[in-house]
Amino acid sequence: MSRSAHLGSISGLAGKFAAATSLEMFRKICFNRFFELEVARVYDTGVMKAPIYLSIGQEHIPAAIATASTDFLIFAQHRAHGYYLSFGGDQGALVDELLHRPTGCAGGMGGSASIHDPRIGMFGHSGLMGDQVPIAVGAALGSGRRVLTVMGDASAEEDYVCSAMGYAATKRLPVLFVCEDNDLSILTPVATRRSWQLADVARAVGMAALDITDDPWLVAHHVSDLLDQLPAFVNVRTCRQVWHAGTGNDGEPEWNRFALIKETLTELGLGNEAAVIQEEARQRAARAWDERSPRR
Amino acid sequence: MGRTVAQTIADTSRRHLLEHRGLLLGQCVTAVGWIGGTVPPLTEAEGIVELPMADVAGAGIAVGAAVVGRRPIYVIRYQGFMWYNAAPLLNYAAKSKAMWKVPCPIFVRSIAMEGGIGPVASGSQHGMVMRMPGMPVCAPMTPGEWLSAWEWFMGHDDPLYVSEHRRSFPLEHEMNPRRHARADVTVLAVSAARLNAIEAVERLAGEGITCDLFHLVWLKPFRPDDLVLESLARTGLGLVVDSDFEIAGPSRSIAHELMLAMSVPVHAQGLEDRTAGFAPHLDNGTPGVDAIAGRIRDLVERRRR
Repeated sequence: MSRSAHLGSISGLAGKFAAATSLEMFRKICFNRFFELEVARVYDTGVMKAPIYLSIGQEHIPAAIATASTDFLIFAQHRAHGYYLSFGGDQGALVDELLHRPTGCAGGMGGSASIHDPRIGMFGHSGLMGDQVPIAVGAALGSGRRVLTVMGDASAEEDYVCSAMGYAATKRLPVLFVCEDNDLSILTPVATRRSWQLADVARAVGMAALDITDDPWLVAHHVSDLLDQLPAFVNVRTCRQVWHAGTGNDGEPEWNRFALIKETLTELGLGNEAAVIQEEARQRAARAWDERSPRR
Repeated sequence: MGRTVAQTIADTSRRHLLEHRGLLLGQCVTAVGWIGGTVPPLTEAEGIVELPMADVAGAGIAVGAAVVGRRPIYVIRYQGFMWYNAAPLLNYAAKSKAMWKVPCPIFVRSIAMEGGIGPVASGSQHGMVMRMPGMPVCAPMTPGEWLSAWEWFMGHDDPLYVSEHRRSFPLEHEMNPRRHARADVTVLAVSAARLNAIEAVERLAGEGITCDLFHLVWLKPFRPDDLVLESLARTGLGLVVDSDFEIAGPSRSIAHELMLAMSVPVHAQGLEDRTAGFAPHLDNGTPGVDAIAGRIRDLVERRRR
């Protein structure tokens, strides 16, 4: 599979979604994005003393999954602000967490990397890359509930991730495995690390698997389809616009999905509504931070 | 006839699975001897879960079952395999409550054995757990001690590391401390070292060396009872014997705490700082009767000189 902005695209797919659904998904995307931009702004003032893991450039993936369903227990990794927000986590508690306050969602213990919200069934991450995957499989085994677990293309290489996926397939556990694949572990490309594809491994252990680009309509479409045939694996090719940690960047990403999403909405005749939603989200994200961290 | 430790574990596990919707997870738990007769012969539908032969993933799966409230019993057949299993247990289960106020109660049955099983699988490894926060550690050797560990687990929402030893499985009697008004030394023993220490103390009595002997079950948190402290104050000399490694290990850690508490010398004895081989003469097991008796004899005679 070659990595591109169109991998697995389905022509005309966005138009098959109800306008209200597309706009609601865009609302989540925008809030995720502007929330992250606010995090970056505040981080650069120096008030945050712990590392931050932003998802700018891939903020639409959790929004797309949440559009398909919010009925999951969630085991994500260190880069999880977008999952927390898309599934209805308390945004004020997340702001407090990033500011190391005892009122934060993890009492200030978790920082950016270990956020959670029991009210939405989201569990924290220990910091051990990929350990959320076997734990998610165990949660599905123990609860019988549908579980979402999210990894990166690097943590997916942890041996216990592959064996946990194999066990989920063996026991037919209702787990949706999602890999946010930006082709990099810090700065080391996938091709330098392995010659195999994650989706091939998932198919080999006996579950449905897809390798697609990060078009949110495409992600939502496939996730909806897969809910009835879990366990399943989705590798989502994406491009983060900021470094692994912090707010730095290495220039323009391979593709700018946020711009592409807005183009699609315009093509659907929803450009004006999208512009309003974007501005509302920008203001809402700014307020979320201003209320708890006044600008100086 | 009382119940053995193995029967106690199996009966308790059966009730937990059938009456409390518990789970028992592990590798090859339903094979051959059903882990020394400690696993009740139930089915997967009744809660016995065979895990993949991938230890780190298996431990993670057990932790996942714990975090959703199933209070799983997780069986590690060889305690040396904790070097795989430690990651999810110590980095997630042990930290979940402190990090997120989300309890992760998992009962870890980590089973030590010894005798020709080589450099990896042999011995106890409770020391690696003790040095990490968030997971209490105990080493029961009798039916009553094992039950008290279980009752503690069911009364709390913490994970619990239970350092078992195969030599305990056939035991059906309890072990009481031995105290003598004119004891020369206070001996505290852990896990399988307790069985060897009992024999060593009896042998030394015939030589005119009298020992107080205490059996340590709860290693972390370690709270020595008043009888132990009174004994140390009276004898002025202590020895902690363990079935884990001595260097940077539980025996030295406990000895250190006792020395700080009582200002008397407390020595430590555990596995030697060397790799065990498979051949019997190359093994590195729990200090034997000869080794423990020799160490006590040496300590007492040195002080007499």
